[in-house]
Amino acid sequence: MTPAVETYATLAEAARAMASGDGVYLAGGTLLMRAVNAGEVPRRIIRTTDRTLREIAPVGDAVRIGAGVTMVELLQNRELAFLHAAARQVGGPQIRAMGTVGGNLFAPHPYGDLAVALLALGARVVMAGQAGARPLADLLRDRARTGLVAAIECPRPRDARSFGFLKVSRVHPRGASVVSIGAHLPREGGRIRGARIAFGAMGAAPLQASAAERALEGQALDAAAIARAGAVAAQGIDPPSDSLASSWYRREVSGVHLRRLLESMERG
Amino acid sequence: MAKKPVTFTLNGTERAAFADPGQNLLDLLRRGVGDLTPKYGCAQGGCGACTVLIDGAPHLSCLVLGETVEGRAVETAAGLSGAALHPLQEAFMVHFAAQCGYCTPGMLMAAKALLDQTPKPTREEVEEAISGNLCRCTGYEPIIAAILSVANGSVRA
Ligand SMILES: Cc1cc2nc3c(=O)[nH]c(=O)nc-3n(C[C@H](O)[C@H](O)[C@H](O)COP(=O)(O)OP(=O)(O)OC[C@H]3O[C@@H](n4cnc5c(N)ncnc54)[C@H](O)[C@@H]3O)c2cc1C
Ligand code: FES
Ligand code: FES
Repeated sequence: MTPAVETYATLAEAARAMASGDGVYLAGGTLLMRAVNAGEVPRRIIRTTDRTLREIAPVGDAVRIGAGVTMVELLQNRELAFLHAAARQVGGPQIRAMGTVGGNLFAPHPYGDLAVALLALGARVVMAGQAGARPLADLLRDRARTGLVAAIECPRPRDARSFGFLKVSRVHPRGASVVSIGAHLPREGGRIRGARIAFGAMGAAPLQASAAERALEGQALDAAAIARAGAVAAQGIDPPSDSLASSWYRREVSGVHLRRLLESMERG
Repeated sequence: MAKKPVTFTLNGTERAAFADPGQNLLDLLRRGVGDLTPKYGCAQGGCGACTVLIDGAPHLSCLVLGETVEGRAVETAAGLSGAALHPLQEAFMVHFAAQCGYCTPGMLMAAKALLDQTPKPTREEVEEAISGNLCRCTGYEPIIAAILSVANGSVRA
């Protein structure tokens, strides 16, 4: 079977074309074309050449990142330095030249490393043809048939040291995640206020480690708090098994890696 | 389903081809245009043998929808050598950086993308640049040495 490829000048037109439900949106294509090559051919492939999808612009305390911005474009933007550690960890150079921020939000396990960082930072998504923005966490909970993402609005961490990212993989420099972790721990008067910890490769999509967040909230980032957060890291989480790691292994090591990340943030 | 005409430059020369719906760029280059230098390894993004440059940046041609290169500049290993070998090709030869050679066209294009941007890369930058390219023969060391020798201007040293 061959697909019909439809190219639209604007995102709005592409979004309308998606409304009938039998189309699949093509961004960088690193996942979609892989599926097409493997014989999973959608009836319609829908794409747009809309330049606004490639824009990066400040909005108040946040940065608005067009869904079509590639990892390489993100890495070239100094305003987005706080996301560079995560973007650099997405695949090899070719994947980073092709893969987009929008596509990363929909990448299946064990992918979605940038989405992990965005989730930890409390990013919001702007949907095509909808006013306002909704929390990325909502989108990640149910990614099927959500409509098109126009942009991501990511709050800039007030203090660069309050945000940390760690990806653990078996193959260096390029490998898929055994686990990836984003931690945003803003501090007020030495106490953590608004702790957010996100895990990648610990579920179907990136998710928050709420038990670890609770263990850190209101605490100083010291050895005792770090140990408690590490101990409860996988609470309420049922990680998948795959060729990289079993569910049991991920549950056992996620807390260890969280502890290491928090320790490196404590050292500053 | 109708084929789509695509016009792009291939190694500096204007080319036109008809892309099948859903056809990837690797297939379009090999079958539509007859450039057999990009290799078909996995068609899954995993091996890098199909690496080409699009507007100067390394891409996996197996994961690029063929018709999307309309108006863009595509470079493959076929365009590297003129009358003489490209310094990277020469270095790969001197350093025995190709055994079976299947990964070589992709490695060369990944290396070219690096050196075009970063003429004096560190060893780590070279490792990173070819991290999306698998080689089952050489163990990578000769490839890294070859790329570094071009950067140092010591291919034949
Ligand atoms: C070899 C290889 C290695 C990889 N390594 C990593 C890795 O280390 N880390 C990682 O995180 N990922 C990795 N990936 C996965 C993938 O490349 C990235 O997640 C990338 O960011 C996906 O973006 P894309 O633009 O290529 O998505 P596409 O393939 O174009 O799209 C993927 C899915 O997202 C949907 N989509 C895309 N954009 C939008 C939008 N704006 N609105 C709504 N839906 C949208 C598409 O319809 C499709 O279903 C790897 C992939 C490969 C092939
Ligand atoms: S053939 Fe394209 S990455 Fe293997
Ligand atoms: S030389 Fe054989 S795969 Fe690299």
